[in-house]
Amino acid sequence: MKKTAFYGALTVAGFAASMASAATLDDVKERGTLNCGVTTGLIGFASPDANGVWDGFDVGVCRAVAAAVLGDPNAVEFVPTTGKTRFTALASGEIDMLARNTTWTFSRDVDLKFEFVGINYYDGQGFIAPRDLGVSSAKELDGATVCIQTGTTTELNLADYFRANNISYEPVPIETNAEGQQQYLAGACDVYTTDASGLAATRAAFENPQDHIILPEIISKEPLGPLVRHGDNDWGDVVRWTLNALIAAEELGVTSANIEELAAAPTGNPEVNRLLGTEGELGAMLGLEADWAKNAIAAGGNYGELFEKNIGENTPIGLARGLNAQWTDGGLLYTPPFR
Amino acid sequence: MTSVTDPPQGSFRLSMLINDTRYRSYTFQFIALVLLIGFMAYLGINLVSNLAAQGLNISFGFLGDAAGYDINQTVVEYDSQSSHLRAAVVGIINTLIVAFLACVTATIFGVIAGVLRLSNNWVVRKLMAFYVEIFRNIPVLIWIIIIFSIMTVSMPAPRDFRGEDPSASMLFESFAFTNRGVYSPAPVIDGASGWIVIGVFIASIIGIFAYRRYATKKLYDTGQLLPMLWPSVALFFVPVTLVYFILGRPITLDYPSLQGFNFQGGLHLRGSLIALWFALAIYTGAFIAENVRAGILAISKGQTEAAASLGLRPGRIMNLVILPQALRVIIPPLISQYLNITKNSSLAIAVGYMDVTSTLGGITLNQTGRAIECILLLMLFYLTISLLISAVMNVYNNSVKLRER
Repeated sequence: MKKTAFYGALTVAGFAASMASAATLDDVKERGTLNCGVTTGLIGFASPDANGVWDGFDVGVCRAVAAAVLGDPNAVEFVPTTGKTRFTALASGEIDMLARNTTWTFSRDVDLKFEFVGINYYDGQGFIAPRDLGVSSAKELDGATVCIQTGTTTELNLADYFRANNISYEPVPIETNAEGQQQYLAGACDVYTTDASGLAATRAAFENPQDHIILPEIISKEPLGPLVRHGDNDWGDVVRWTLNALIAAEELGVTSANIEELAAAPTGNPEVNRLLGTEGELGAMLGLEADWAKNAIAAGGNYGELFEKNIGENTPIGLARGLNAQWTDGGLLYTPPFR
Repeated sequence: MTSVTDPPQGSFRLSMLINDTRYRSYTFQFIALVLLIGFMAYLGINLVSNLAAQGLNISFGFLGDAAGYDINQTVVEYDSQSSHLRAAVVGIINTLIVAFLACVTATIFGVIAGVLRLSNNWVVRKLMAFYVEIFRNIPVLIWIIIIFSIMTVSMPAPRDFRGEDPSASMLFESFAFTNRGVYSPAPVIDGASGWIVIGVFIASIIGIFAYRRYATKKLYDTGQLLPMLWPSVALFFVPVTLVYFILGRPITLDYPSLQGFNFQGGLHLRGSLIALWFALAIYTGAFIAENVRAGILAISKGQTEAAASLGLRPGRIMNLVILPQALRVIIPPLISQYLNITKNSSLAIAVGYMDVTSTLGGITLNQTGRAIECILLLMLFYLTISLLISAVMNVYNNSVKLRER
């Protein structure tokens, strides 16, 4: 019995590991679809609509990569993952890339052998509390019951923050955002903590969003970005530069509205030409078609368009650009040159 | 004429490995063994080579690192700077707590329901049949979630106890039923004299058992029936009460009170523990009820009739004649039910109860990414604890089984 179970585990581990081969780019091209890991449902970032079509900010990145590699933004197989299952899914090769508001940390990058290809959202951990709780600062939360998604960096930040401020709390671990929302609304926990963007998205789904406030403290840095497996640099380059193309497109004024016009013939701006493949060999260097970036941008628009459409100020989530503005507008988005 | 053929003599030939029934089975067993070993070796090599290809290794060094996360229910001292190993120990203790509570409660439910299923009263019999069929035919995970959700949604939040005219109030000023669990008074032991009171209490319990054994022996030896009930009750209450007041009431109760966001003080039974405990108990209790019923039905009707003809009352027939024999049939399947409870307690993750699957196999696994190591340790733990339960229950089974002379 003991042996059977032991070797059973080895089998799973062995098979799982054997699938994680290199040359993901070739695999994706051969398969004709991109397997992209997303959340199990966080409005604005990744959630299926009434027709079962996935939509959101992270989904936009998946679609852009699919468009760049395969020329079709719909050739994506979305794989919902929880905070716990996401890394196993990626390491085992079940998914080709993970775009699931995942925080870039040292140990995930180095120890877990993943490669974060960039940052698509600069976030930080915050708290949401009912307005009638009468709390205006996270420092007043001594003795509070805090709902927290297990298996995330937020769990560790929370422990650090309360320890540093020498106040106590009672953690209530929950598995998914939906479960956290239910517990929080039922009053089983006083406050709910996760990334500020996630809090805004969660609050947007409440019946009375105005009854809840997001506390001013942001207790951590949470650079969220897509990631791939370590060791397949070609594939990492494809995802990295697809993300960069979306950011560069906004900086260069390339939008889904004018892209056909700009890509039809070389324009006066050489960087736009190189980006859109009307000049130079950037696509071939990546092992893609010359119009890879054009397809990626046409899929859902540039970074700014994706932001405004999914999580921007005119959506129920209502996030301001803040740190996520272009560097020219005082934000942190700064892509290396396409050259 | 008739000739007697000798049994085949002569040397062993290689073809006999296939053709001779005496050796054929060995041949196939050997082939099967070689294939099995080869397959396992392949899996092992595959694992090691793939781990190496990904630059990963198997190492348990992470167990000594600081865990970095907090756990709500801790019996031993633990904070976020403790090691992953300590977090695993906290989880193991939490697993054992819920498994123990659920085993005891499930046995009580099961024995009552099993006996009552054989009642002569139609309503009682059918009610128990209803209980058994409902609870054992719905997965335990669903029961855990149902109970937890009902508690979360229907019970008042701590803030409902606040204010001039609160919408919820405490029972007897000491118990608070909230959607975060049940708060009850907790005993506080004051120094050495408190422990003396506890010592006296344990001593009087032992005394009760000793007295009952003495009374039984006296009954068997001389036929003299000593009173059982009132000396037991007196032994239970009198010494401990006397010592308690003589030493100046060294054990006090710490009542929960609403402070800040939560009730503070007292004993906090978290909703997750209650949901898990209760769900495991009623679910497994339904199975145990069937074991008990089967055990009782396995004793022939003649035993009851013979005991009745000796003039025993029905209660005594059950306690002295039927149950001691039925236990031989009941205990072996009961062991499996206890093992099931212990293993099913790993469903704790569904309600966020921090058992060993949630700490070592959940958060630690996630934060360190050491999946293979954590799962191996988990398997080792569950295997050890299951074998231990089995061993203990087998000892008990040996003590009640039929002694052959």
